[in-house]
Amino acid sequence: MTRTLPVSDAGSTRPNAVPAKAGTSRRGLAEQLPAETLVGWLRDMMLIREFEVRTMQAYQDKKIGGFCHVYIGQEAVAVGCTAAAAPTDPMVTAYRDHGHALARGMDPRHCMAEMFGRIGGCAKGKGGSMHMFDKAHHLYGGHGIVGAQTPLGAGLAFATKYWDEVVNGGRSRSVTLCFLGDGALNQGAFHEAMNLAGLMNLPVIYVVENNGYSMGTAIGRGTTMAHDLSVKAAAYGIEAVVVDGMDVLAVYDGMKPLVDWCREECRPAFVDMRTYRYKGHSMSDPRKYRTRDEEERFESEDPIDRLVGHLERRKALDKESLAELNRDVKQQVRDSVKWAEASPPPPIEELFTDVYVDEWGPYRGTSLPEMLREDAGDAGSGKQ
Amino acid sequence: MANLTLVQAINLALVQEMEKDDRVILLGEDVGLNGGVFRVTEGLHKRFGGNRVVDTPLAESGIIGTSIGLAMNGLRPVPEIQFEGFLGPAYDQLCSHAARMRSRTRSAFTVPLTVRVPVGGGIHAPELHSDSPEAIYAHTPGIKVVMPASPYDAKGLLIASIRDPDPVIFFEPKRIYRAFREDVPEDEYTIPIGKARVVCEGEEMTMVSWGASVVQCMQAIEASNRSIELIDLRTIFPMDIDTVTASVKKTGRVVIVHEAPKTAGFGAEIATRITEECFLHLEAPPQRVTGFDTTMPYYKLELEYMPDAQRIAKAIEETAAY
Repeated sequence: MTRTLPVSDAGSTRPNAVPAKAGTSRRGLAEQLPAETLVGWLRDMMLIREFEVRTMQAYQDKKIGGFCHVYIGQEAVAVGCTAAAAPTDPMVTAYRDHGHALARGMDPRHCMAEMFGRIGGCAKGKGGSMHMFDKAHHLYGGHGIVGAQTPLGAGLAFATKYWDEVVNGGRSRSVTLCFLGDGALNQGAFHEAMNLAGLMNLPVIYVVENNGYSMGTAIGRGTTMAHDLSVKAAAYGIEAVVVDGMDVLAVYDGMKPLVDWCREECRPAFVDMRTYRYKGHSMSDPRKYRTRDEEERFESEDPIDRLVGHLERRKALDKESLAELNRDVKQQVRDSVKWAEASPPPPIEELFTDVYVDEWGPYRGTSLPEMLREDAGDAGSGKQ
Repeated sequence: MANLTLVQAINLALVQEMEKDDRVILLGEDVGLNGGVFRVTEGLHKRFGGNRVVDTPLAESGIIGTSIGLAMNGLRPVPEIQFEGFLGPAYDQLCSHAARMRSRTRSAFTVPLTVRVPVGGGIHAPELHSDSPEAIYAHTPGIKVVMPASPYDAKGLLIASIRDPDPVIFFEPKRIYRAFREDVPEDEYTIPIGKARVVCEGEEMTMVSWGASVVQCMQAIEASNRSIELIDLRTIFPMDIDTVTASVKKTGRVVIVHEAPKTAGFGAEIATRITEECFLHLEAPPQRVTGFDTTMPYYKLELEYMPDAQRIAKAIEETAAY
């Protein structure tokens, strides 16, 4: 196993700096794809952007409760990684998960309804913003504890390998994409997961969406060796690459060969995906820890603008078709909001479902359904 | 006197303890420059500097484990865990180490540690951001569990917790962080850990609660036109059972209210102790109004889950009529 990893040439040694020449990847893998494919990526990224803008509005209008972490600025990561993987490759992420859900193909109506706490949501409106699950699209969440999804990623990869090799007697065929933020690099669970993945040669790629901040703490203040995260992977014998996450072409160029390599070799990998979140950690974050200048610098390298520029240069997109795409995604997101609003809240009975396989049994005689049956009018009146 | 919210009262307590005792240091995720996720530590980084208000990496196990080491070596660390659900990664450090260090070393080493943790529901947050795990830690010998229900108590209990020679989990009910203000003395004072507060006296029945639920109880009592004695436990463990039993011996009836799930919730312990110690005084079985035995739901069902004045009123009437 001495094969060298394909390495994206889009790297930089400066933390969170998007390299000057990013986007003009030498590999040019993505550029060779049909223009329609790239227009599809553009549409996905625009959909995520518009979805998140409306999400923020809905949050401000108090239609979305709790905590809400939007993906604006990082769209190229979810879209490019999804494109580089097979649709059946397991994917798991943390709480900034709307982008992954949409990129993977979740119906925006179900995503929006989940945040609205409505029964039509992907988790029946019982999980909220941080808990996007989509079994049909092999999205295993949406998890609220920083880094907690990283051992899950190892387990998902262990499982695909086990099914393929041990049960079916063939070759391992799947690659798990496990996303995490740079803050999660410091959680013990991440290191346990990496060690296991390295030890057992699990086909999992840890994609660190390195947006430079763990909540309000800049990466250099909270993480050692922030300028070269590959050393974290080296400790576990795991190959690492750096990818410019602000350019979907570079994401694909970096991820596609890596995914193929992991699938072929059945080995783990680690990606330092340099990106930036335009908004705060959550909706209640005033972003006092960074300057408007810095934000503008990254916004000027906007991943959507860059893809638009690329397609225009290729004459694969004109003003009119861009405007149409724009209208189209706006309409789709408006519809999802309307649909979410029309979806009813979960009935009170839903308090007691989905905790155990036996929906009512375990509770008999303790709290609940008895009480509901006795006076449904009292407790089940719905106060909200 | 200053008219403060619970957040401001805690902030004031931290300032005064830090000024008085340079062994007191704060650490946690974004507690410094950002002032904490609920802005409880606002201004403290500026005032005391980065050596005493330490922004840590995002790593709860490390935060608590490091705090244990600090405490064992003479400091008085006050780490913040951002939400009660994030205690999960730190559970091993808290329960395997902080809780047992005194016992394990026969008091050669102690852990004077105060873990500040926002707790409970009512702010439209999902699970892991609105749970009530106090019974888990009350069931861990070696840890003290404190939960104030008012700004005045928050200040006095926090100062007492910081000065306490044993590890304390100081749960801050986030629902009432800014819900109301109260006169809080500007001078420092302590409220003893393990001492309940009689919020209002009454003859017909006793009500026991803690944290944000105390406010719900007060509303229910006001609406009931009955003479009900409300006890705010203030410290979950060690529990002030004497105050509770003295009241129940007087009233003969008791309703216990908490947000956590019913089964093996701390209300079960209180009900048992009352039965053991007041059996012949009871006119009615102790009744509990609690959350349900299910995962804390997302916000559309949140208010159905948490005990409210309506459910408490029903328990009052049933208990009175028994």
